[in-house]
Amino acid sequence: MSFNETTIKNISKLARLKFPADQEEKFTEDINSILNWVEELKEVNVDGIEPLISVSLQEPWMRKDEVTTGDLQQELLMNAPDAVHGFYAVPKMVE
Amino acid sequence: MTTNLTDLHISEALSLLDKKEISSVELTKAHLEEMEKARFLNAYITETPELALTQAEQSDKKRASGEKIGRLEGIPIANKDLYCTKGVKTTAASKILSNFVPPYESTVTQNLKDAGTIMLGKVNTDQFAMGGSTMTSYYGVTKNPWADENGEYTLVPGGSSGGSAAAVSAGLCMGATGSDTGGSIRQPASFCGITGIKPTYGRCSRYGIVAFASSLDQAGPMARSVEDCALLLREMAGYDAKDSTVVNKAVPDFTAALTGDIKGKKIGIPKEYRSKDLNPEIAQAWDKGIEMLKNAGAEIIEISLPHTKYALPVYYIVACAEASSNLARYDGVRYTTRVDGNSLDEMYENTRSDGFGPEVIRRILLGTFVLSAGFYDAYYTRAQRVRRLIYNDFIEAFKQVDAILAPAAPTTALSYEAMQNMSPVDTYLGDVFTTPASLAGVPSLALPITIAKNGLPIGLQVIGKHFDENTVFQVSGVLESLAGFDKKPHHVKG
Repeated sequence: MSFNETTIKNISKLARLKFPADQEEKFTEDINSILNWVEELKEVNVDGIEPLISVSLQEPWMRKDEVTTGDLQQELLMNAPDAVHGFYAVPKMVE
Repeated sequence: MTTNLTDLHISEALSLLDKKEISSVELTKAHLEEMEKARFLNAYITETPELALTQAEQSDKKRASGEKIGRLEGIPIANKDLYCTKGVKTTAASKILSNFVPPYESTVTQNLKDAGTIMLGKVNTDQFAMGGSTMTSYYGVTKNPWADENGEYTLVPGGSSGGSAAAVSAGLCMGATGSDTGGSIRQPASFCGITGIKPTYGRCSRYGIVAFASSLDQAGPMARSVEDCALLLREMAGYDAKDSTVVNKAVPDFTAALTGDIKGKKIGIPKEYRSKDLNPEIAQAWDKGIEMLKNAGAEIIEISLPHTKYALPVYYIVACAEASSNLARYDGVRYTTRVDGNSLDEMYENTRSDGFGPEVIRRILLGTFVLSAGFYDAYYTRAQRVRRLIYNDFIEAFKQVDAILAPAAPTTALSYEAMQNMSPVDTYLGDVFTTPASLAGVPSLALPITIAKNGLPIGLQVIGKHFDENTVFQVSGVLESLAGFDKKPHHVKG
């Protein structure tokens, strides 16, 4: 499997990234060399081995869905590039 | 007082503060002066001198009034710029967060505040903690306070917690927070001749630490002695309702484990770490450490961690996958930076491509790819399966031994020129000894053992069982006193 010009276009679209053609070529080359290097994982027999998702010894637990930090609305919006009427604002989507 | 205040260990400073021989203001001022002199090292991204002096004055008043004081009352420290600090810019060494001022405080830094520490500022790191040199920082590389053979400051401090390591090593703070995803505390500690511990996954809260790879990220302290790390970790650790992976377990007084006695302790030496291309000087330092533990009455046992060689590729798949997901939040809507476009999608693309450095982009691309339809099982799920085998290796080994001794890094500090010419995969190889413990979630402490022929420090790591930091500290304490490492970096010697 090789990571080619089509793959990088598709993947960068998914990741919401874009770059000029020369960089695209460089990233394609880099990712390919990393993928070649990780190929050695294919030699490991993983039959019947459950994927390890977390090493936390804490069983996942549910907390009450409630505000515990007080009202941070204004403080959080201070970091927004654009905010209107107490909400995050995005560029106009629908005419 | 003839003592140089910036040479003191935290434990020594606490006793001088207690005896009223020094004040926190004096201690803080001494560090602020050193920071000014050492700006060429580029250890700090943001210095907070006014805040530090205000905190120090309050701390001295508190101490004088006989009020209840924190266990680290008046101790000046630095925080890695990955920890959100309320009202103080937190950049993760990136362009995209260059103006981000968090309205909240991370749990770990809050815990340290509550313990009475003074914050001197925020230190450099690789961008989003992705790297092993601080060279991926948007704010420039930090220089290692240890000079090269020509006496020039051309070496990297390691990373990602390279600003923390350089600042601790050069006396620009008494201790610092670091974070370790695949070796980001232990490798820079080794490169800068200081001590740092990555505790067990789940020991410290990750709340308010800018996320890189959530199943691996762990906070930990860096300082100039094992005891100082024990003092800091005790305050940093503990249950937190804001991070569901933190274990609800009492935090022990880790300094109580520093008994100086390890008679009968079983120490494992993993044979897979001794590859044929292991640097001979690193191998010698390792042998020296083994000899010291043997002389102290420990039983040395050769062990096998058979899946060691797969740790690096597993790490890069898992960490990049998680990073691609965690960094999706930087969308030009919530975190200060936006680059406009003709559509919403184009705005996302413009903002992200402008705000992330090349190493971050590379990892997001790799992570997105291994999580994409058609490749998920072949890469991501397979990596998680091999991760379980690596985890099981440690569980099996710890049936036989109490702790494991291994090198912390495959080389001494490299020059930034050398690193610039390396391929991404070559730079990833620097994490070869540190990623296995990260993937298994076990605690590991790195400390300096000796000096190589090139004049640079070599570190070893002591790896322990889950939540058995006590044994890690116990063994490390003995190694530290037998190694008697007292070399100072060139910057400090002057």
